[in-house]
Amino acid sequence: MSAPLTYLHRCCQRSVLLVVARRQWSTNSASPPPLHRRLLLFLTQRFYDVEMLLRWRYQAQRSQLQKKNVYYSYTQRFYGPDIASAYYILSLKGGFRYVGQSEWFRTNQRGKFSWDFLNHKNTPIEEADMSYTIINYTGLENLERQRSLRTLKLKGCPEVDDWFLARLHLFQDSLEELDISHCPRITTGGLAALRNLKGLKHLNVSSLPGISNPGLVIILLEEMLPQCQITANGYDHNLRKVEEEEEEQMQRQRSLCEETKAHNPV
Amino acid sequence: MSAMWRRLQVKVGPARGLLTSTQVTRRSTWLNGHLSLCQSFSTGTSLRNDFFKDLETHMEAMRKKAMDALPGSSWTPLEINPNLPPERADIVIVGGGVVGWSIAYWLKQKEMVRGGVRVLVVEKDPTYSQASTVLSAGGIRQQFSLPENIHLSLASADFIRNINEHLGVLNEDPIDLQFNHLGYLFLASEAVAHIMEENYSTQRYAGAKVSLLSPTQLKEKFPWVNTEGVVLASYGLENEGWFDPWTLLNAFKRKAISMGAIQCCGEVTEFKYTTSVITTTDGEKLDLRRIKSVKVQMPHSLEYQPVECAIVVNAAGAFSGKLTEMLGIGFGPKQSIAGIPLPVEPRKRYVYVVRCPDGPGLDTPFLIDYSGVYVRREGLAVSPKPDASNLEVDHSFFEENVWPHLAFRVPAFEKLKVTSAWAGFYDYNTFDQNAIIGTHPLINNMYFATGFSGHGLQHSPAVGRAVAELILDGNYKTLDLSGFSFNRILTQEPKLERNIV
Repeated sequence: MSAPLTYLHRCCQRSVLLVVARRQWSTNSASPPPLHRRLLLFLTQRFYDVEMLLRWRYQAQRSQLQKKNVYYSYTQRFYGPDIASAYYILSLKGGFRYVGQSEWFRTNQRGKFSWDFLNHKNTPIEEADMSYTIINYTGLENLERQRSLRTLKLKGCPEVDDWFLARLHLFQDSLEELDISHCPRITTGGLAALRNLKGLKHLNVSSLPGISNPGLVIILLEEMLPQCQITANGYDHNLRKVEEEEEEQMQRQRSLCEETKAHNPV
Repeated sequence: MSAMWRRLQVKVGPARGLLTSTQVTRRSTWLNGHLSLCQSFSTGTSLRNDFFKDLETHMEAMRKKAMDALPGSSWTPLEINPNLPPERADIVIVGGGVVGWSIAYWLKQKEMVRGGVRVLVVEKDPTYSQASTVLSAGGIRQQFSLPENIHLSLASADFIRNINEHLGVLNEDPIDLQFNHLGYLFLASEAVAHIMEENYSTQRYAGAKVSLLSPTQLKEKFPWVNTEGVVLASYGLENEGWFDPWTLLNAFKRKAISMGAIQCCGEVTEFKYTTSVITTTDGEKLDLRRIKSVKVQMPHSLEYQPVECAIVVNAAGAFSGKLTEMLGIGFGPKQSIAGIPLPVEPRKRYVYVVRCPDGPGLDTPFLIDYSGVYVRREGLAVSPKPDASNLEVDHSFFEENVWPHLAFRVPAFEKLKVTSAWAGFYDYNTFDQNAIIGTHPLINNMYFATGFSGHGLQHSPAVGRAVAELILDGNYKTLDLSGFSFNRILTQEPKLERNIV
């Protein structure tokens, strides 16, 4: 009663592993996960300790992210909101420009920055470049008081998601240029939230891997923000590519069925 | 062991071929030699023939029996149904919808040790064909008039924002709820505008990001809306929108099961309880009931399993009233506490999915008109959802009652085509259309988490946490929902939502 069942169960587990592995491949569309990752997956499914260690590591990464994006209340209390926002941007390795100034304050490769920005007290920030930083929803609280922010660049930020875009309504009066290209976590639902930014003139939504029908979504965006100039490069609007992808998917499914049949005893 | 059997099988293989060939030749010579005797009376040869033909299956069966006989196998001579729930559980949650699984997840999350509480979730319909969860519109909003409701929605929105940290399982895909971040747009006529203004101040005080719009601002923002008759509009800027309820349910379920909650497909048909009679200061005698075990009946069979439990959580949604009736609530003398039934009943409402080519685009919010009709976008198209209380899926209802209001409010909807429709239940609280959370004064160990009247999905994460705190910590810790207790039904003080609809 139990022997073939356990055998079947093991085969099902193996096929589930394959399905999981395949799914990861299809979402990443890259090479199969490397050996150490597969080994970790194998060990996690057998030992509680490995699972716990991996969870601790994940939690440590998240807590580090949260620490970086914490609300700089101390700085705000002693130096004012503008200096606090400036310090936040610099500590996340971004760059900014004050209103009325023409020089940008940035960090160098090693994360070092000059403290000259302290000289300009009570000057709001006009442009902020947070490309490739780990800014997220809670971190945006530090920029909340910047009501004259005109440009915000968030190219390639891994933690910018739909909730972040929804919170951008804080800058609805002043924001004119927004760059959210290459952000992996943005989906169509978040782009719809951009409707609150009525003053937006330039929007860059190139190469967003999260949106499903880029052509249709861009047309709807253009309809939604009539005064805005939308840049959307990096999408393949070719119909043939979609057919090829469907064929690839069917082939993968077929080979998966063959593999599961080979594993199951007939 | 199995390798040995496999080797044996291989050796028998060629031997069997030899044996069968000799059998065949012998029979053919026999027949050829003695034509008169064509039949063979001995059964010995045919049995042996069959045996060798089915040798592989026989070897498989013998191998199976040997493996079962060895220790470590789960074979028993008594055939037990593996789908039965365990005989004892600490907490039985009746109802496997989003509220039930949310409570199970939070109970498992808050237990101090691994395996601290044994949680069993009993759901009678694994296909969820009649459950309110999967048939709901899936919207979340903060535009309520009661501060408790606003706080519940805000807490649930926070939960959903960090859903991968809460409900993420290692090495699985991140959860994608397909959350559309578009607010709710309430339209108010002259008569109800003051209510909307009061609600606005309550909402801002509680921390919701809502904005009031005048008709001109409304026309500017949403040019496709007909602003005739509209005096004020309230639009949610953040933390409002709609998402996929099935994904949330499965995320809760998967995480709770991975933490050790037990799932059971069955129906709760009976409670076994002990009754103790107490006398109040007025001299009235009250029956205090304590549930000892729950009888879970298997689907489509007479088999049942009595589950001994310490606490029962009633998260049965539309069917919660029926469940409490099993305990005798509502059958006592009219003026006593036991005579007041749980005022939750199923209300059928239906949903029409509609295609409208000229309709508003990507930025359609969840539009709620003061006539009661509401509309939201589905995918990249638009769909209206009427709030109806009829008992059939009535297409003529759509044409008579819903379409005129829709077409009046949004002129583009005059040309639309209904593509599909379905009906679902609300767990409608007939008393005041708000949640009932907490214990019943006469039943010591039953907790209610029902009567949400359409807000169950959007409040489910926060309510799950609140009920888990009630059970494990004894009192509310993060959000104080004592306003939703059963006592208001006993004292007949309804906690009404002063909404414009």
